[in-house]
Amino acid sequence: MAAILSIRDLRKTYDGGFQALKGVSLEIEEGEILALLGPNGAGKTTLISTICGITTATSGVVSVGGFDNVGQFRQARALIGLVPQEITLEPFTKVLDTVTFSRGLFGKPADPALVEEVLRKLSLWEKRDSRIMDLSGGMKRRVLIAKALAHEPRILFLDEPTAGVDVELRKDMWEIVWELKADGVTIILTTHYIEEAEAIADRVGVITGGELLLVEEKEQLMARMGQKQLEVQLTAPVEVIPAALAQHNLQIVNGGDALLYTYDTRAERTGITTLLNDVAEAGLVLADVQTRESSLEDIFVGLVSAGAASEDAA
Amino acid sequence: MNWTAVATIYKAEMARFWRTFLQSFISPVLSTSLYFVVFGSAIGSRIQEVDGVEYGAFIVPGLVMLSVITQSISNASFGIYFPKFIGNIYEILSAPINFLEVVAGFVGAAATKSLFIGTVILCTASLFVDLSVQHPLAMVAFLVLTCLSFSLMGFIIGIWAGNFEQLQLVPLLVVTPLVFLGGSFYSISMLPPVWQTITLFNPVVYLVSGFRWAFFGQADVPVLLSLCAIGGFTLACVGVIWWIFKTGWRIRA
Repeated sequence: MAAILSIRDLRKTYDGGFQALKGVSLEIEEGEILALLGPNGAGKTTLISTICGITTATSGVVSVGGFDNVGQFRQARALIGLVPQEITLEPFTKVLDTVTFSRGLFGKPADPALVEEVLRKLSLWEKRDSRIMDLSGGMKRRVLIAKALAHEPRILFLDEPTAGVDVELRKDMWEIVWELKADGVTIILTTHYIEEAEAIADRVGVITGGELLLVEEKEQLMARMGQKQLEVQLTAPVEVIPAALAQHNLQIVNGGDALLYTYDTRAERTGITTLLNDVAEAGLVLADVQTRESSLEDIFVGLVSAGAASEDAA
Repeated sequence: MNWTAVATIYKAEMARFWRTFLQSFISPVLSTSLYFVVFGSAIGSRIQEVDGVEYGAFIVPGLVMLSVITQSISNASFGIYFPKFIGNIYEILSAPINFLEVVAGFVGAAATKSLFIGTVILCTASLFVDLSVQHPLAMVAFLVLTCLSFSLMGFIIGIWAGNFEQLQLVPLLVVTPLVFLGGSFYSISMLPPVWQTITLFNPVVYLVSGFRWAFFGQADVPVLLSLCAIGGFTLACVGVIWWIFKTGWRIRA
């Protein structure tokens, strides 16, 4: 697939001297869902704002569908829909009016049928004549999405679409994102919820301190960084690891009631059979065994703290 | 030019005006009527004529200017400050439009509103005094240019303002004194010689004078100078706005 968005060495230093982006390069393919994961203040919003033209880059190149986002800003911006993080809507306008406004602002001719379709897709059609201030927080977020979709963008930026949103609504948002992907829209979302990236993204980029630490297929990332653990629960607690099990690098957990074995899912042999044989030979009796996979969250915490450590060292 | 976008901004801004139509309409009518009752009748009855014009009629151009200037500034500054305050300016900044289109939409709407109010005031005034317009074309030109240039200035104030107090600051501390001291209610020939000179540094003098000339055929300063003043002021405002969008001052980090 071709890259619909290409970012090369993007840097942004704010007037105060704060370096929000320290040379970000990224290629985004058409039709994918990319989640940009990072803690607060990592530079996620600055990155999006710079691509969309709200913030001016200090240096670097952004090309949207082959158009430079500064030199050919009209063509570039026409391809982009932006859903901001904060609910920024004029309270006195009506839903239908504000969504129609967004379409016109992008220079597209009025198309009531399309606006209706967008509103129906977002379950807003019934609310079309309501004033923004009479809507719930979740509805307002939908209006923001409707506004961004009104001009039929090929790329949609969702800046923390589910921050401060309840579980139910978050699931709804994910549904919407999947439907958009099915329609062929490329989606870039920022989030600091790991489970969100894990649930909906095709690729995950980890950003912290203005640097993109990595961008990878979600599955690959999890497989690469992912470790599995096997917890062997014992009928009688142990105080020290028997010498026969020394080679397995076990940890004693639960006050001696269990042994924890960490293994690599990529390895040809996980070593589980040998371990269990050795456990039996060591005279330990199994009560139960349990495995668990490290989540994206573990990976993320590992990456971010490693990044912070290398920064401290520098 | 992205005319669809211009029309969209213009219509959205005008929609705000129609939503508050009653107050947009009633307040200038009421305040103009009050000025006429106080200045035209109560005080004007003791002043026979200024420069050969009945005092009640003499103050009409100044009154229209006073309202048009304050309305232009407040409409335009509020129009662009409001999205900045709410945050939905992101949409304008990320849309495929350039600064001319943004300005055309916002300033066009603000100028239309004040033009409407200026017309309403003129109509109200004609109920109180006999109004004759000697140079109708010049009258319209001065009115439109004033609406336009002060809407541009209002746009700049709206972008500059960081809070609602600042939004009121320039109109209150600069514009209102300039307008009141700009010969709205008197001829500058009535001032002592020193003040006549000082007053010539007040740009509003040129506007009021030119506008009054369109009505009564007489002016404090040459009409051409008035036209140049307002034209120059308009160009200066356009220049400042061009610079604002080029540098992103106060709108684009």
